[in-house]
Amino acid sequence: MTIRDVIAFTIRALQGFWVRTMLMLTAMAIGVAAVVMLTALGEGARRFVAEQFSALGTNLLIVLPGRSETTGGPPPLLGETPRDLTLDDALELKRIPGVRRVAPVSLGNAEVSVGARNRDVLIVGTSGDYQHIRQLNISQGRFLETPDPRRMFPECVIGAEVRKQMFGIQAALGQWLRLGDRRCRVVGILGTEQHSLGVSMDEIVLVPVSLALAMFNKESLFRVLVEARSRDRLTQTKDAILNVIRSRHEGEDDVTVIAQDAVLATFDKILRALTYAVAGIAAIALAVAGVLIMNIMLIAVTQRTAEIGLLKAIGAPPRQITLLFLSEAATLSMSGAVMGWMIGEFGAWVMAQAYPDVPIGAPAWAVLAALGVALATGVLFGILPAMRAAQLDPVTALSRR
Amino acid sequence: MIRLQGISREFLVGDQAIKAIKDIDLSLDAGEYVAIMGPSGSGKSTLLNVIGLLDRPTAGTYLLTAQDVTQLSDNEIAQVRQTKIGFVFQFFHLVPRLTAAENIALPMTLAGIPPAQRRERVTEVLESIGLSERAHHRPDQLSGGQRQRVAIARATVMNPSVILADEPTGNLDSKSGQDVLRILELLNEQGIMLLVVTHDPEIGARARRRIRIVDGAIESDIQQ
Ligand SMILES: Nc1ncnc2c1ncn2[C@@H]1O[C@H](COP(=O)(O)OP(=O)(O)OP(=O)(O)O)[C@@H](O)[C@H]1O
Ligand SMILES: [Mg+2]
Repeated sequence: MTIRDVIAFTIRALQGFWVRTMLMLTAMAIGVAAVVMLTALGEGARRFVAEQFSALGTNLLIVLPGRSETTGGPPPLLGETPRDLTLDDALELKRIPGVRRVAPVSLGNAEVSVGARNRDVLIVGTSGDYQHIRQLNISQGRFLETPDPRRMFPECVIGAEVRKQMFGIQAALGQWLRLGDRRCRVVGILGTEQHSLGVSMDEIVLVPVSLALAMFNKESLFRVLVEARSRDRLTQTKDAILNVIRSRHEGEDDVTVIAQDAVLATFDKILRALTYAVAGIAAIALAVAGVLIMNIMLIAVTQRTAEIGLLKAIGAPPRQITLLFLSEAATLSMSGAVMGWMIGEFGAWVMAQAYPDVPIGAPAWAVLAALGVALATGVLFGILPAMRAAQLDPVTALSRR
Repeated sequence: MIRLQGISREFLVGDQAIKAIKDIDLSLDAGEYVAIMGPSGSGKSTLLNVIGLLDRPTAGTYLLTAQDVTQLSDNEIAQVRQTKIGFVFQFFHLVPRLTAAENIALPMTLAGIPPAQRRERVTEVLESIGLSERAHHRPDQLSGGQRQRVAIARATVMNPSVILADEPTGNLDSKSGQDVLRILELLNEQGIMLLVVTHDPEIGARARRRIRIVDGAIESDIQQ
């Protein structure tokens, strides 16, 4: 029997039992579509984070209070704080030769109000260097100017959304803003649509770091951002930072310094693992489809017993019957898989329209793996029914009407 | 051409062995027209299935064109069935989703014969059974007699040397039964050996040789 005849026979059989064909196609399509869509989403998230990080520049070091006890493994993003990382520590870092900029950061939430309008916003206490490190645009006025960050200068820079909500169409620059129990004058307004690590800069208020520490009644900084002069001297700079802190903290290594790259690598690893995990869960749908194919092919063998008997009577050897039934299972699973692939790509496209910022798209490995697994399950689960068909006794097969 | 020596076929039902045919010796020459008759359950179908290599005897030797076919593998047996034997069944056994022409071509398709050659032969065979206009009809669009004629065409398409028919008229009215028998006899006149199992003495009487089987053994073998 030639390959063309096998294909023609298979297609006729699939057409002849179209309900069963549609059922199996659907099962396979769902499995493959799930894999394609979920990996597209996972991969999109991973690439989104990678893009966000690389936008921050690569010679950035982050100093966190607290020591990471484990060697190796991901650096702690939220560590315990045994000893304070103070503003004085941060200022001392600026004297290291390899350091260009230092931005101490203190975070907290506070209520802002102007007249009767008020709302809760994220307060970021920092210094003038923050603007350059985070590459922020100013649309009006200027950024924080802190010749001496220790001085509690009552000024602030507000995000575009905060400006809109607090001042409406009125001019904001030079106006006074109530921040918790303090007041500060608006000296600058950030440009719109700026993000840092996915957090919108539209809804924050930036104040001098000493003001933030006083507002939140804290000694310790949330972290210190350090920009090295060059990427090559990153490790040296990191060691220098650790030395400075150690000498200031009575010989204790109680801060963690991580490079931007390391954070990125960690996120990358986490999100990659997540993508594999969802792909794995979606693959279960494929396995279920495989079992369904086996079940339906077994029913097909029972339904078509007389036909199999006839094929044997007119001279089909056992392996030809195996081939015909395997070809049916393989064709079904493959067409279902291709259908699912297209559905999955369409779903990914719809998601990409809904979230234009996130680069959603199924990676080639996931598509190939899904198609491969679909074909493999189809053939694998098709073997048992095909062998059963090939082993039927022709006399008994034909005696049943 | 066919030589059975001491052929038996036992079926195991539970732990009991049932002998469907017992120790049969039979010689059939090329081009013979043979009717096999006998009461129900006497072993006629079993004998026909053994001769057609659909079933293997449990004892005895079977020589087909001087070749001992009891020793052949499943694949070799399939090959012999494909080229030398044509079957016609009481219940037609056409593939319902295929057209008459496709059903007739099926043995050639399985044998890997190219489409052009298939078409030519199918047209020829369709003409000989008088169903040229029905070539593209499916079995459910044909009458019983027409279906059986298509089945006969399928049995002859590979130019076999033997046609085995188990109650070929059993599901037909007497008129279509006559037509079907006529076609089979025409094939026999062209030199193909014809073996017909039947209950109908009238049909049996048309054969030149009549074998009567009772209880799995040949009771009489009358040659005209
Ligand atoms: N697969 C089987 N298993 C057990 N016994 C069987 C089997 N096939 C046939 N037999 C038995 O063998 C005997 C002969 O059966 P066979 O079908 O050859 O009879 P038959 O002459 O064709 O009868 P009928 O005229 O009714 O078709 C019967 O007793 C039957 O019960
Ligand atoms: Mg019978």
